Amino acid sequence: MNSSEGVFFLTGKDFKNAGAASSNLKGILEGMGIPDATIRRVAIAAFEAEMNTIIYAVAGMMNYFITPEMIKIRIQDMGSGIPDIDQAMKEGYSTAPDYIREMGFGSGMGLPNIKRNADTLTINSIVGEGTTVEFIINLTPGD
Amino acid sequence: MKLQEIIDSLSLKVENPSADLNREVKGAYVSDMLSDVMGNAKDGFLWITIQVHINTIAVASLKNLSGIILVNSRVPAEDTLKKAIEENIPIMTTPLPAFDLVGMLYSLGLRCR
Repeated sequence: MNSSEGVFFLTGKDFKNAGAASSNLKGILEGMGIPDATIRRVAIAAFEAEMNTIIYAVAGMMNYFITPEMIKIRIQDMGSGIPDIDQAMKEGYSTAPDYIREMGFGSGMGLPNIKRNADTLTINSIVGEGTTVEFIINLTPGD
Repeated sequence: MKLQEIIDSLSLKVENPSADLNREVKGAYVSDMLSDVMGNAKDGFLWITIQVHINTIAVASLKNLSGIILVNSRVPAEDTLKKAIEENIPIMTTPLPAFDLVGMLYSLGLRCR
């Protein structure tokens, strides 16, 4: 299998195009012949991280690195940052404003969904500057 | 079960008849929270919801859902319908509330696992 990498740019509050980066990434993985079960995991985790940027940040970018061994996704945003990452990881905890919740976001399941679908997850955040979420989904040899 | 059989049995209105209605429905999930659907719905599932905005199409597409049923006479937003046509995601509508519709889907044999 070939390697591939690239980047998608994300604009905060641009709900019209929200999900486009994850959809494009899914198309790339399908084109590379990555197994469906792996694509499903990447799609869930990438969408949640993409939506977090749309909801909470001014702008951000999603970098992807695909090698025969793994898929690595890094989403860096210029946003409000996360004061307490342990709390943010708790299922059901959310700081989303009402209008976001009315759209069906802000259930406090985003980061837990990423964690559940990723083999490794790293979150670095500085309040007032932004957040970087990086996750890896391993590809087993032969995939 | 084929989507078209469900549409006929429950008299659902198809908002974008150009979409493929011949697909296999493997189960169903009801929720208005998008991350709940991302986390818990499975390939080929129908999604029952009151959410009508465009991001539902991204969820349905990423999860390979077989379609979206909007309950309580909700209609898709204009840009939602346009995206649904582009992405080939069937959107159905019904005047029934979610509880009644889900009961009928269950009677037809659909499950969420």
